[in-house]
Amino acid sequence: MTDLASPAAVASAAAAGMQPAGVAPPLWLLAELTYRCPLHCVFCYNPVDYAKNRQELDTAQWIKVLREARALGAAQLGFSGGEPLMRDDLEELVAVARELGFYTNLITSGIGLTDARLSALKDAGLDHIQLSFQDSTQELNDFLSSTRTFDLKRRVAEGIKRHGFPMVLNCVLHRYNLPHVDKIIEMALAMGAEYLELANTQYYGWAYKNRAQLLPRQEQLEAAEAVVERYRQSHGDRCRIFFVVPDYFERRPKRCMNGWGAVFLGVAPDGTALPCHAARSLPGLSFPNVTDTALADIWYRSDAFNRFRGFEWMKEPCRSCDEKANDLGGCRCQAYLLTGDAANADPVCDKSPAHEQIVQFVERASSAETGADNGVTTQQPIFFRNDANSRKLCGPAHDTNAQRNEAGAKS
Amino acid sequence: MNATSHEPSTAAPAERPSLKPIFRLQWEPAQNAHVLLYPEGMVKLNQSAAEILKRCDGTRDVDALVAELERTFETTGIETEVRAFLAEARTRGWIA
Repeated sequence: MTDLASPAAVASAAAAGMQPAGVAPPLWLLAELTYRCPLHCVFCYNPVDYAKNRQELDTAQWIKVLREARALGAAQLGFSGGEPLMRDDLEELVAVARELGFYTNLITSGIGLTDARLSALKDAGLDHIQLSFQDSTQELNDFLSSTRTFDLKRRVAEGIKRHGFPMVLNCVLHRYNLPHVDKIIEMALAMGAEYLELANTQYYGWAYKNRAQLLPRQEQLEAAEAVVERYRQSHGDRCRIFFVVPDYFERRPKRCMNGWGAVFLGVAPDGTALPCHAARSLPGLSFPNVTDTALADIWYRSDAFNRFRGFEWMKEPCRSCDEKANDLGGCRCQAYLLTGDAANADPVCDKSPAHEQIVQFVERASSAETGADNGVTTQQPIFFRNDANSRKLCGPAHDTNAQRNEAGAKS
Repeated sequence: MNATSHEPSTAAPAERPSLKPIFRLQWEPAQNAHVLLYPEGMVKLNQSAAEILKRCDGTRDVDALVAELERTFETTGIETEVRAFLAEARTRGWIA
C-alpha cells in the first residue's frame, strides 16, 4: 500500500526529473471557483491583489477542466475559492465531478450552506465538506473573519452532519487562538467532525502581510502541541487530529506541495493554472490558462510547470545538499518572498544564508507583547482581506506583477 | 498514556467489518490499482488489500469474509493474513 498523501510516496514522481515521460500525473485538482468571499480573514491565502482579477470561468469551461483533469488521472477534487458557494452552479459541477469519479471535497466557510443547498449537494454526490472555523469563541471568530458568522457556522455544522456528510473542521492557528486549542478540539468533538485540521498559519498572501500580528511564540506552540497529543491519545479513534507545524519554527523546510508540478494542479477563478495556490505571486513565470491551453500541455509541457521540477534548477546550498531529495529545497514562494529569488533555498532551512532572517523574526515575535489572552493587540496594523485593502496593498510596487498575471491570463 | 477502553472497537467476536463512510474504494486506471479515497488523500492498495476491503461492507463477519476469499481465489490458509490486514485497517481508521 502506498499512501500518496505522504511525502515518501511521491518521492519517485518528484525525483523523476525533467523528462515529461517521467512526470507523474496530477492527483489533486483544486478548483478555485471564485475569489468572491463573504469573509475577510486576516490569514487568507488568496493573492493580495485578488481585487484586480474579477474574471471567472463559466460552467462549461469548468466542466471542461474537470474532464481534462480526470482524464490525466486526478482523483481528488477540491472546490474552493474565495467561497465556492458564491457560485450557483456548484451543485452542477459537483454532479459532473462525481460522475467522472472524483472524490469531491467542498472547502467552505459555510456561509450560504443552507439546508436546501446541502440537500442538493448530497443529491449531486458530494463526498465531503471541510468547514472552516476561526476560533472556538464567537468573539475571536468574528473578529478574525471581520464578520458575525460564528453562530451561523455552528448551525451549518449541525446541518452538515444531519445530511450525513463526513466533515472535516479546519481551523487556522496563530498567536490569538493557539491558547484555545483545547476548546477548538472540544468543539470539533461536539460537532461530530471526523477529522480536525489544525493548520498553523503559513505566511503567504494576506498572512504574510499580517505576519507580525499572527506569528506565535515558541512556548504557545509547544503548549498547543502537548494538548493535541493528549487528545489524540484519549479521542484519536473518534476524531483524527492533524496539526500542521508552522515552518518558521523549523530548521528544515517543508516538502512544499510534495514537489512543484508533482501532484497538485490548481486552477484560479480566471482559469490560470498553478502548481501551488500561492505561486501566482512569483515573478518571471507566465502561468498558462485553461481557456486556451489543454490541461495535458499545461501539466506536462508548460514552462511554468516544468520550471522547478527535478533538481536542475537548484542553486547552492540545495544543489549539492544530500537532503535535497527529502524536501526538494522547500517552498518556492517562500524563497521568493524572503530572498527575492524563487530558485534559492527556502530560508526555513538553516543551511540557507537567509535563515537568520526567520530566526530574528521569530525572536522579535516572542519578545513582543502579544496580549494573547486579553483580546487582540493593536500595536501593528492588521489587514483584513477585503477589496479596499486589496487595492490599497497593490499600489505601484505590486502593479507589475498584477499586470503580468492579467496579461498572462489573456494571452 | 490514557487508556482508550471507552470504545471497544476491536475484537468483538462476530464483528462485521465495514468501510467507514468517509472512504471510497475505487479502481483508478491512472494508478493501475484500486485506491482508497478520503478527504484530500488517497491510498494506493495492493491487490489483496483491495480484495479484502471490497468485502468490508458490514454484511459478513471475518470468518465469512475469509471463506469467500478462499473460494474466489481457490486458496486456503489466508485467515492470519486477512486478520492482520483488518487489524491494520482498523488502526488506520479505515474500517469500523
